[in-house]
Amino acid sequence: MEATRVKRYEELSVEAADIRPHESTWQRVRRSGSVRLGGAALAVLLLIAIAAPWLGTVDPTMFDAGSRDLMPGKQGEMMTLDGDTVEHTFWFGSDSLGRDIYSRVIYGTRVSLFVGVVVALLALAFGIVIGLVAGYIRWLDGVLMRIMDGIMAIPAILIAIALVAMWRPSLMTVIIAIAIPDIPRVTRLVRSLVLTIREEPYVEAAISLGTPTWKIMFGHILPNTIAPLVVQGTFTCAAAILIESILSFLGVGLPPEIPTWGNIMAEGRIQFVEYPHNVFIPGIFLTITVLAVNILGDGLRDTLDPKMAKRI
Amino acid sequence: MTAPKSGSGPVLEVRGLTIALPTHSDRAEAVSEVSFSVERGEIVCLVGESGSGKSVIAQAVMGLLPNTLPLTAGQVLLEGEDIARAPRDRLRQLRATRMSMIFQEPMTALNPVMRCGDQIDEVLREHTQLAPEARRSKILDIVREVALPDPERLIMAYPHQLSGGQRQRIMIAMALVLEPALLIADEPTTALDVTTQAQILELIRTLQARHGMGVLFITHDFGVVADIAHRVAVLRLGRLVETGEKNAVLKRPRHDYTIMLMASVPTLKPHGRKVPADAPIVLQTKKLDKTYADRGWFSARRVVHAASDVSLEVRRGQTLGIVGESGSGKSTVARCIVRLIDPSGGEVYIHGEEIARRSSRALRPLRRRVQIVFQDPYRSLNPRRTVGEAIIEGPVNYGLSRAEAFERARRLMDLVRMDAAALERYPHQFSGGQRQRICIARALAMEPELLIADEAVSALDVSVQAQVLELLEEIRERLNLAMLFITHDLRVAAQVCDHVAVMSQGRVVEYGPANEVFVSPRHEYTRALFAAAPGRDFAFGQA
Repeated sequence: MEATRVKRYEELSVEAADIRPHESTWQRVRRSGSVRLGGAALAVLLLIAIAAPWLGTVDPTMFDAGSRDLMPGKQGEMMTLDGDTVEHTFWFGSDSLGRDIYSRVIYGTRVSLFVGVVVALLALAFGIVIGLVAGYIRWLDGVLMRIMDGIMAIPAILIAIALVAMWRPSLMTVIIAIAIPDIPRVTRLVRSLVLTIREEPYVEAAISLGTPTWKIMFGHILPNTIAPLVVQGTFTCAAAILIESILSFLGVGLPPEIPTWGNIMAEGRIQFVEYPHNVFIPGIFLTITVLAVNILGDGLRDTLDPKMAKRI
Repeated sequence: MTAPKSGSGPVLEVRGLTIALPTHSDRAEAVSEVSFSVERGEIVCLVGESGSGKSVIAQAVMGLLPNTLPLTAGQVLLEGEDIARAPRDRLRQLRATRMSMIFQEPMTALNPVMRCGDQIDEVLREHTQLAPEARRSKILDIVREVALPDPERLIMAYPHQLSGGQRQRIMIAMALVLEPALLIADEPTTALDVTTQAQILELIRTLQARHGMGVLFITHDFGVVADIAHRVAVLRLGRLVETGEKNAVLKRPRHDYTIMLMASVPTLKPHGRKVPADAPIVLQTKKLDKTYADRGWFSARRVVHAASDVSLEVRRGQTLGIVGESGSGKSTVARCIVRLIDPSGGEVYIHGEEIARRSSRALRPLRRRVQIVFQDPYRSLNPRRTVGEAIIEGPVNYGLSRAEAFERARRLMDLVRMDAAALERYPHQFSGGQRQRICIARALAMEPELLIADEAVSALDVSVQAQVLELLEEIRERLNLAMLFITHDLRVAAQVCDHVAVMSQGRVVEYGPANEVFVSPRHEYTRALFAAAPGRDFAFGQA
């Protein structure tokens, strides 16, 4: 009698009907228009970067004095390193040394994407570790965060210029120089997330279950910071691509023999009035790339971060 | 601006109200064909468990429905005027003048950067052409009427300078300054302590009688319903299941759901279970102390005594309840015993072993003996771990193999009456009550000797609460556990506790067997607390 009463009550209770059909995060992410648009644009750029040698390009460093300052779409000749002369269509024209701007821009995609992604990963990796430690181990917080404040006090671009100037310019030095000023930003984000999550009852439950500190940090806290970090990563990536271009444009970035959008624009700057496409074409690529990363980041933020989710 | 109070017909009549939910929701409609009315001078309580659609109805009446919840059918008649599809401007005219609303959380409902007086003044400026002096005297009158001391000073205060009860009074003053015909109160006392709640309920009842308003009172607390309602409407999953006079619905419910709800409301009578006095002591605290000190660089040291001189003991197979209002230090005591925070003084013994001052390394072997279940079922499970991982975490920490731990988890799921398939799923797929069962299973996986329930059923609906309480009781008996039960809810305490400690301002003011404390409280605070318990003499579900 008692058992049937209890069972009846459990059926009547609203709880039974309370299991909601759930849409997984991944499904929500895939439905987001921004994620699709940004993701598609980035996928195309990535394909361009990978397939650069097969997209009708020539060696981007090769020049031919006879084909200087050509307008877009003009035919011309190029002499290869072997001394052969080949016919070549300069789709985006050529620069004042007779280099094919199309090939340079296409190869430049590789540098930009690589720099953006690697800087984001580096900044996230260091930021996560420092942020976790600062947020969870309270006595280290003061020391670590004052160092981070110190780095943040100097404008990012100045630190980057100073660091590149100190070392020999190379892809690695540029990446490190751009990543360092980004670390404090990630650290602050992670630390603030950790400060909230460490007060969550599930973390306290883990403490009372005798879970060691390092396991709590990496097993309970870190996985719950991933969503905002992915978003932060995309914005770091976009900023890194821009800063790399700025450094190259200022001539303190990658060595001139590596074609990047920044140094193509820098070289085109002198002849901007006669040949504006030398600046505009890499500029358009840069804009599209940064925009795509930002749109992707916006979409991810809307879908991953519950605080940003549109309220029902 | 006072409209005639005469007029015939109800203040509010809701007819066949249907409100759709967005697609992908757990049901098609938030509210389905709900009809009820509120007469002049009448308090109608809209009760239901979470998700029953009671707040959505309030929003629909006020014209505050978000676009995602469209009103698809029905009428909302305010003094005979259909406002369900009224244009925005008309609704704006009606709000505050003919209908007003007060909310659960007065801190967020008031603008933190505006003085209280200015916020009331805003209503008057919007809706009347009164001169500034006339407005001021009207503001002072209404503030006096909601029984706030020193109105002159109070209207100059900012919300954060007031207590929760005072803020709710300001909200009420704001709602009533233009003498609306209808007041909607959406869980107005849920965020308040029981003594403050009693005062606010009394205030609403007095003002309602004086002005002859109709009040639509939304709540999930049947004690409050018993205290304040004239008529009751019971909602379940967006449908009205029963409506009628208070005594008819609460004492002689007809619908199965209402019968079940009434049977779930705990009584204030202690259960009177016999407890053996010679069972071994599992937990003992001696003069436990926790102080927080502000270490300001420039300001003077501020010391807060969160708990002082707390001496308690819990024996095997028995339940000690700690009851008190918010800030009384009851959770602080629990957290000191689990060593989530370090006590500032005193001793804590688990089976005679002192743990208050052990280093975390020395404490580790003893941690498993004390386990805790928290209040908020939505935050006590890591959203990124499966239920199985959550339950085996503890045993694996103490050297059990994963396979053995999973075996134990399966047995525990059976004990807390859940399906073993749940182990593979993530917490978000479960309801509050189910999650709380999972948390209990997680605690039990450590095979503790003392289980602490820190407001473990406070966030649950009354029917679910009854089920979880039953489960805890069963587990305590079967495993012969010692239990420390922390709650602000006297009804819950009466149902589960063998002994009770009443805490106020960090101190235990009364401590003894539940029978004695509940039947003949000695301390004046305990008496005040019991006197304030809503619906204390009401016999639910008993004709």
